[in-house]
Amino acid sequence: MGLNILAVDDSRTMRDMVRLTLASVGMNVTVAEDGVHGLELLEGSLPDAIISDINMPRLDGFGFIRAVRGIDRLRAVPILVLTTESAPELRARARDAGATGWIVKPFDPRKLVHTVQLVTG
Amino acid sequence: MSIDAMTEIRASFFVECEELMESLHDALAILDAGDGTDETVNVVFRAVHSIKGGAGAFGLDALVGFAHRLETVLDELRAGRLDPTPGAVRLFFQAADMLHDHIRAAQSQDAPPPTGEDVLRALEGLMQAAPQAEPEAVDFTPTGLSFDPMLPQWTTPPGTSEWTIRFRPHAGLYRSGNEALLILRALAGLGDTHTTCIVPPALALDPATAEQPQLGWIITLTGDVSEADIREIFDFVTDVCDLDISPADDAADGSATDGVAAAMASPDAIPFRLAPDSIVAAANHDDPPATSPGVGEAGLAPELQPPPAPSNAAAPAPAQPASPKAEPDAAAATIRVDLDRVDRLVNLVGELVINQAMLAQSVTEAGMAENTAVMNGLEEFMMLTRDIQDGVMMIRAQPVKPLFQRMARIVREASTGVAKQVRLRTEGDQTEVDKTVIERLSDPLTHMIRNSVDHGIETPARRLAAGKPAEGVITLSASHRAGRVLIEICDDGAGIDRARVRDIAVARGLIAADAQLTEAEVDNLLFLPGFSTASQVSALSGRGVGMDVVKRAITALGGRVAIASEPGVGTKFSISLPLTLAVLDGMVVRVADQTLVVPLSSIVETATLTPQAIRRIGRSAEVLHIRGDLVPLFDLGARLGFRQARAAGDRVVILTTQEDGGRAALIVDAIMEQRQVVIKGLSRNYGRVPGVAAATILGDGKVALILDPSDLTRSSPQTAIDAIPLAG
Repeated sequence: MGLNILAVDDSRTMRDMVRLTLASVGMNVTVAEDGVHGLELLEGSLPDAIISDINMPRLDGFGFIRAVRGIDRLRAVPILVLTTESAPELRARARDAGATGWIVKPFDPRKLVHTVQLVTG
Repeated sequence: MSIDAMTEIRASFFVECEELMESLHDALAILDAGDGTDETVNVVFRAVHSIKGGAGAFGLDALVGFAHRLETVLDELRAGRLDPTPGAVRLFFQAADMLHDHIRAAQSQDAPPPTGEDVLRALEGLMQAAPQAEPEAVDFTPTGLSFDPMLPQWTTPPGTSEWTIRFRPHAGLYRSGNEALLILRALAGLGDTHTTCIVPPALALDPATAEQPQLGWIITLTGDVSEADIREIFDFVTDVCDLDISPADDAADGSATDGVAAAMASPDAIPFRLAPDSIVAAANHDDPPATSPGVGEAGLAPELQPPPAPSNAAAPAPAQPASPKAEPDAAAATIRVDLDRVDRLVNLVGELVINQAMLAQSVTEAGMAENTAVMNGLEEFMMLTRDIQDGVMMIRAQPVKPLFQRMARIVREASTGVAKQVRLRTEGDQTEVDKTVIERLSDPLTHMIRNSVDHGIETPARRLAAGKPAEGVITLSASHRAGRVLIEICDDGAGIDRARVRDIAVARGLIAADAQLTEAEVDNLLFLPGFSTASQVSALSGRGVGMDVVKRAITALGGRVAIASEPGVGTKFSISLPLTLAVLDGMVVRVADQTLVVPLSSIVETATLTPQAIRRIGRSAEVLHIRGDLVPLFDLGARLGFRQARAAGDRVVILTTQEDGGRAALIVDAIMEQRQVVIKGLSRNYGRVPGVAAATILGDGKVALILDPSDLTRSSPQTAIDAIPLAG
């Protein structure tokens, strides 16, 4: 059974890229358009990993990750931040919020797969 | 990912770009109006950011480069270090226009457009002028597909084959969803490992400290592995663990520099050697390790499953969406459909309408009595068909907003070119019109807007002298009116200088020097071919396109254009358009046993023709005398070559409006009915036929030509119509 991944990004292009990349190695990808949407989708599910953008309307990536970590059953789910910004302070903020790791856009599809596999085992 | 998938995403990316440009423009308009909030700035930033992100994935370097520099300035705006002054917003508008050019160039794979270097420089200049401007904090490598350009570049050369790694997680490692055993497993994948687990002398089993990690590991790794390979595995956790990586030789002499080794080498610590197999097994999802504090079973479950119990700690209250962007829920309720499929459906519905009309005719001819089940069923079928038709036409309908936004750009560019201050206000931009109508409206509208800027709005000095604000306003509005779309372009300029228009028309020989014209007639002179009031050809209007071309384009769409002007107050152009190009309201007429359709949009009135009303001019021309006016008179039958001379007896005339604003009277034998007809193009089979706009199929299955009255009365009497085998 393939891994179940939730990808949260307000850019449809990015959602499609992540979805198709991970689907090509047999992962099942559910997509959400922003943090609020992501939390809604998480209400009835427990993915193996979450991939989240930072800059999003309604609820940004930091808020989303904090909210996910605040939910008991989701506190150990790996969350990868996918962002074009790679400044160290951004990483520090993402880490404070509870991010597991980060991937910088534009991403190498193989690297994305590899990273997801790394954090999910 | 397959090439097909990439092509599809690429196409989808450009669609998304258009949407993002729309939100960007909306947000800039809000900033421009001085109503911006932090979220408004965020919307602008996110739009540019998303465009950059997507463009990077496709290696669109020019687009990435431009978006990146724009984003950098926007970041200053977002951080509050730059004020959205009117001047700054104007520059952002210009930059947005150039960003749009870059997107289009990337899409069509053309050479990149002019870089917009001056606008970027001007924007970056604002940034430097801002008091607390900081050097660019964002780093981004716009070079196609690449992974994490931030990965540290380790200088240690590979070649050392044995490493000693001391690793002790902090609580933050587990809190952030990382998993020590997965890291050990990844290390095991690099080469041969010997792993020793360091357990504190007394494992604290107190629940209060259960979340504090207590284990550490010393791993000896042998293989063709560089330090960078090892560091990469620890990339996500360097800030949440104690880590020491050293060549085995160094470690062996006990001189490791940091405290990790020392802490782990505490005399009380009890080392356990772990076999690599056990690490791999332990890290396996199916066998959750008991040693990973903070990790619940649920976190490692392999598949999506319902939560064990509803959690109250779930979602925080969502922030109020302040963004003008559509709600994600609304977006989710739309699908993208290939236009070909929609057009196929439109065609099929057209066939259905024709079929229904034929069936209705057959049933009537069969002498079916009223109120029978068949007649009632047919009635319902008719209504249903009309509903389906309307519904399908709705699919092709699109809001005029993108079109209006392009006009905003035209205003910005045109006003800069002639040193005028002009603002475009739009109303009703959610009004929906057929996609093709919108596409074909773009050119005429562009020209009319340019015209308003060029001729309508006065220079700031003249406006101030007239007691008006220096900035002129052009209002572009769209609304639905009586089954048609009304588009109005209204400026608050000087109005039409009628004396001057008259003089020019006389000078050009368009009217007689002593012609008595009403104000409306003078205004309509603007639409005459060749008329141009520009005393010198300006950069804007000097494109050889007059208002006559605008009018022709609108007429070709089945539209009408009207003009109204008041001196000193302004000028208003009103364009009335059909909702769709697939069906047309027409008047079905008979001429010499032929059935023809005259578009209702061009008909002014119908009347009975009396011989007394006909005046002969010259050798063959005739005019109709109607209510004091003389209107050129044409016999449709003769004009179309159906007959040589007009048959005797009373006839009906149809008065039509012409493209040149004048009127013409067409003689027909009888008016059959007024009805909606499905337009079937002829040009694919016959090329352009003079005087004929298209054809339709009537209820009796016969083909009827749809006339183009303006063209018909303009072209020579001998037409190509004989070439068309008519069923009539």
